[in-house]
Amino acid sequence: MSVVHVDQVTKRFGRLTALQEIDLSIEEGEFISLIGPSGCGKSTLLRVMGDLTDTTEGKVIVNGKPARQARIDRDYGIVFQDATLYDWRTVSKNISLPLELARWDRKRRAARVQEMLELVELDGFQDNYPWQLSGGMQQRVSIARALSFDPALLLMDEPFGALDEMTRERLNMELLRIWEHSGSTVVFVTHSIAEAVFLSTRVVVMSPRPGRISSVVQIDLPQPRTAATREEPRFFELVTEVREALHRGADEPGRERTEATA
Amino acid sequence: MSSTAPVAVQPAPGRALGQLVGRRLRDWVPAVVVLVLAIAAWQAAIPLFHIHKFLLPQPSTIWDTFWSNRGELLRAGWSTFEEALGGFAIGSGLAILVALALARWRPLGRAFMPYAIAANAVPIIAFAPIANAWFSPFSKSSKIVIAAVLCFFPVLVNALRGLTSVRPESLELMHSYAAGQIAIFRRVRIPNALPFIFTGLKVSSVLAMIGAIVAEYFGGTLGDLGTLIRSQYQVFDYPDAWAGILVACLYGIGFYLAIALAERLTLRWQPSTFD
Repeated sequence: MSVVHVDQVTKRFGRLTALQEIDLSIEEGEFISLIGPSGCGKSTLLRVMGDLTDTTEGKVIVNGKPARQARIDRDYGIVFQDATLYDWRTVSKNISLPLELARWDRKRRAARVQEMLELVELDGFQDNYPWQLSGGMQQRVSIARALSFDPALLLMDEPFGALDEMTRERLNMELLRIWEHSGSTVVFVTHSIAEAVFLSTRVVVMSPRPGRISSVVQIDLPQPRTAATREEPRFFELVTEVREALHRGADEPGRERTEATA
Repeated sequence: MSSTAPVAVQPAPGRALGQLVGRRLRDWVPAVVVLVLAIAAWQAAIPLFHIHKFLLPQPSTIWDTFWSNRGELLRAGWSTFEEALGGFAIGSGLAILVALALARWRPLGRAFMPYAIAANAVPIIAFAPIANAWFSPFSKSSKIVIAAVLCFFPVLVNALRGLTSVRPESLELMHSYAAGQIAIFRRVRIPNALPFIFTGLKVSSVLAMIGAIVAEYFGGTLGDLGTLIRSQYQVFDYPDAWAGILVACLYGIGFYLAIALAERLTLRWQPSTFD
């Protein structure tokens, strides 16, 4: 059974068509990247999956139920580009927030927080406040918080977009390690071709006006991926393939509007 | 950043505290120098420019008057402070409750905020004699009402701003955890509003004292500061009136500092702007 099933989803904001008849199925344990130029609807697609915005037409099924029910059942964790930590909560209190809302008892919460701190390698920082952490550390707390309640699905909206290249590559490695460890399904929005290829099992290439899926690239790089993966010839071939798919998508006129865009 | 800065050198706890206190004292040096210079200039200017005593007495005269009447003055100040405190508690408390309601039900805010703003434009001094007529001029109630009215608006505006200026992602995150409105208020909106609320409370603490004194000008017992200051002016006892003003300042500053201290203790999670 697929974890996410997007069925003929269209999303309009007034006259703007952000998503046009999107079909996408995501299987358990997959790591899917959504990539495309600004305005292609990749963030909107992620938000539709998380029931943070509703669809104009079509439906989204998560874990076999409507996205709304999946949200109420806390089936997914979410990470934004901004770490969105609560300034008045320490690192450990931020991680335990979803657990408090799910009414876990204190002892169980403490044990899970410790586990998550170790997972994201922030043990020793539990009593720090967010402003005392670097951007990369804040984002790791945000990931720990999203995973704390063991959601089946992890939605990430350009989580490393605001970080420098070095931190970004290190967090890419960490994310893969966490993904293997937790066994959850990941949907990851990014602008970076290399990041998408390195992380994913499948890359979904989107194009704008109207937002639609222009192609899907299967990433057959062996698991587990390491720093050496980035230097393999196959890695570069796949990067080129995604890049060409992106350009094709940008050149191709939309199905609704036929005027040339560039 | 006292908690994170000394990582390499770990001084003994006692010494670290001593250094912190020393640094705090040094921070205060410029303000103290200005105060001393201002008082000295004031003291010297009165005889130098032949300023009449009823226009402005010397600081030393004011201090002498205060010291010889300190018991009566401080008691009168306390009586006024009680009214200010009552008004502050009622006005600020109501303001916070109203802000919570307006933040929860936005159409309510759109319906009522224009009137709250209009009410704030009413000159409260003109309202003081009316409040005295509504309640007894010799009761504390009329003064408490004036102080409460003055405190209400600054707290309302700040609290509402704090409750509603939450980042959209913070709320979306709470939605993704299937949090209800009560949880969102308790865990996000209210903590987010606390720094704003304290800003409002600090403004209100000073206004409460002013409101109580102004209300007393329009009637009260001689045991109150406002009545005392006014009656001293009427019998041309200017140093006594000035001593009364000094006491009003002392209580006002003390009240403000108490709120500021409560703020520091409550908002321990904030990066301190004073260190």
